Amino acid sequence: METTSTLEKTLRLLALTLVVIFFMFPIFWIFLMSFQTNETILRIPPQVIFEPTLSNYTALITGKLTSAAGTLDIAFMKNLGNSVFLSVTSVALALVLGVPAAYAFARHKFKGSEDIAFTLLSFRFAPPLLVLLPLTQYFQWLGLANTYIGLIWVYQLICLPLILWIVRGYFEDISADVEYAYRIAGHSWFATFRRIALPLAGPGIAAAGLLAFIFAWNNFVFALVLASADKQPVTVGALAFVTSSGIQYGQIAAAIVLSVTPTLALALYAQRYLVEGLSLGAVKG
Amino acid sequence: MASPATPESRRSGFRISKKALPYVLSLPALLVCIGILIPFFTAVVYSFQRYRLSQPWARQFNWGENYLNFFSDPAFWNTLKVSLLYAGFTVVLELLLGLGIALLLQRRSTVNNFISIMLLLPLMIAPALAALMWKLMTNPGFGVLSYLASLVGLHDFRWASSPSTALLTVVLVDIWVYTPFIMILLLAGLRSLPTQPFEAAALDGVPRLFVFFRITLPMLTPYILTATLFRLLDSIQQFDIIYAMTQGGPGNTLTVFQVEAYLNFFQSTNVGRSAALLIILWAITYILSNIFIKNWLRLRERARGEA
Repeated sequence: METTSTLEKTLRLLALTLVVIFFMFPIFWIFLMSFQTNETILRIPPQVIFEPTLSNYTALITGKLTSAAGTLDIAFMKNLGNSVFLSVTSVALALVLGVPAAYAFARHKFKGSEDIAFTLLSFRFAPPLLVLLPLTQYFQWLGLANTYIGLIWVYQLICLPLILWIVRGYFEDISADVEYAYRIAGHSWFATFRRIALPLAGPGIAAAGLLAFIFAWNNFVFALVLASADKQPVTVGALAFVTSSGIQYGQIAAAIVLSVTPTLALALYAQRYLVEGLSLGAVKG
Repeated sequence: MASPATPESRRSGFRISKKALPYVLSLPALLVCIGILIPFFTAVVYSFQRYRLSQPWARQFNWGENYLNFFSDPAFWNTLKVSLLYAGFTVVLELLLGLGIALLLQRRSTVNNFISIMLLLPLMIAPALAALMWKLMTNPGFGVLSYLASLVGLHDFRWASSPSTALLTVVLVDIWVYTPFIMILLLAGLRSLPTQPFEAAALDGVPRLFVFFRITLPMLTPYILTATLFRLLDSIQQFDIIYAMTQGGPGNTLTVFQVEAYLNFFQSTNVGRSAALLIILWAITYILSNIFIKNWLRLRERARGEA
């Protein structure tokens, strides 16, 4: 009995160690690379001990990349700004549109409500290019091509279903009795929604907003198809940067680190809500 | 309504607003999405047309020709094959790995909780950026993984740049990004299982393998189904990882549905073929998501009941 349990413990520990190495090593390695000069990076075997440099980050932040071939302008900070702007405004709009709708779906079983809710959900599962490719032409006609407004609109495809389904679940979990009592006391519908329902569902709304932000930030294909360089977020910008900078591996690594830090920080902050959010409420965390 | 009224009038005011209210509340969200539904129908129309951006004058309906051509088109069968292989490999491997990790972390302890939070991080990285990270690590010149491969005797292992290992490489990136998704869903499932059956089995001295296959696995099935179908729907449509890593190459090794459609549209400007590919992909996901939504609704109801 004793021996099997020690053996089992060792095996478990070994398996867990391998798992942690596999999933953490890439993050660790790219983080290291971002503090290395190209010379260190190109050395074989790869170096773990080296003299760290901030030059990659300063090059990105100042937007000037100096190499043997001369200086090259890099717009990476612009990409970062685009990511922040697109994600924040998309989530804000999705909250304004989605939270009242979620409330309607949770509180009122009206005609066609399930159909509408599922239609909205189905956007989460349709191939994005199916919509995006024809949309390029519509956007040309509408003058929305390569505009923030057009992108924010399309980003609703990611943010709205997420917010609608998660927040709806939270509203459903709150008993409607408090709201009825408040209504009976003579308060208007809006006052009830604002003073009772919203605060009670507050944590859920915040969690849905954070998740929607992460998904918007991580989106790649929407902006790849619809935005040109000056409107692109980091996901597309980093790829373009790889092509343009060619062999500036340290800067690429630093750009990746800067691009993933916001979502990683938010994820750690909101990890309690992730299970429920990622499964659109199908699985309670 | 705010003025003190008789109970009857207050109630009638309540009823009127109650009828229109849900529509008023959900209309804005719906309108925003309807604008996006129109392109969907446009895509259906395109898929029945001979339409090349380079020859706009030759644009005309050819009805099912785009679809019929697929039967004799090796590129299409390659797309179908690669897409199914990609989806099959990623979902099966992620499921096995995710279940294994969830079982390892099942017991609530500080270390286990810490590890499960750490493992979430890859899932929070944009798949396109994750692909770039792996691209740096598998660079034939200086990549740390190429170096490690050479240490175990795989000299000149070219990862994504060789047709024979490209699929393996993108599947590996997909596993790195999405296994945590399955892991956290199954972990939540495992931790929410009732304890009595396991206590009873332990008292009776039932072998642990038997407990796993006859109690744990059946009770976990709804969670496994949810996780599998979520992943399957995403995986068959994978674009970000493959495009960021190899743009569908080398050659046409990795031209899965969405990558092939993207290249058809922007490189060979064959809009008709691109749209037809996407409609077929849509049909596949539609069938899958219908199966999915049925199971998912049942699970959601159950989760609500237990909450």
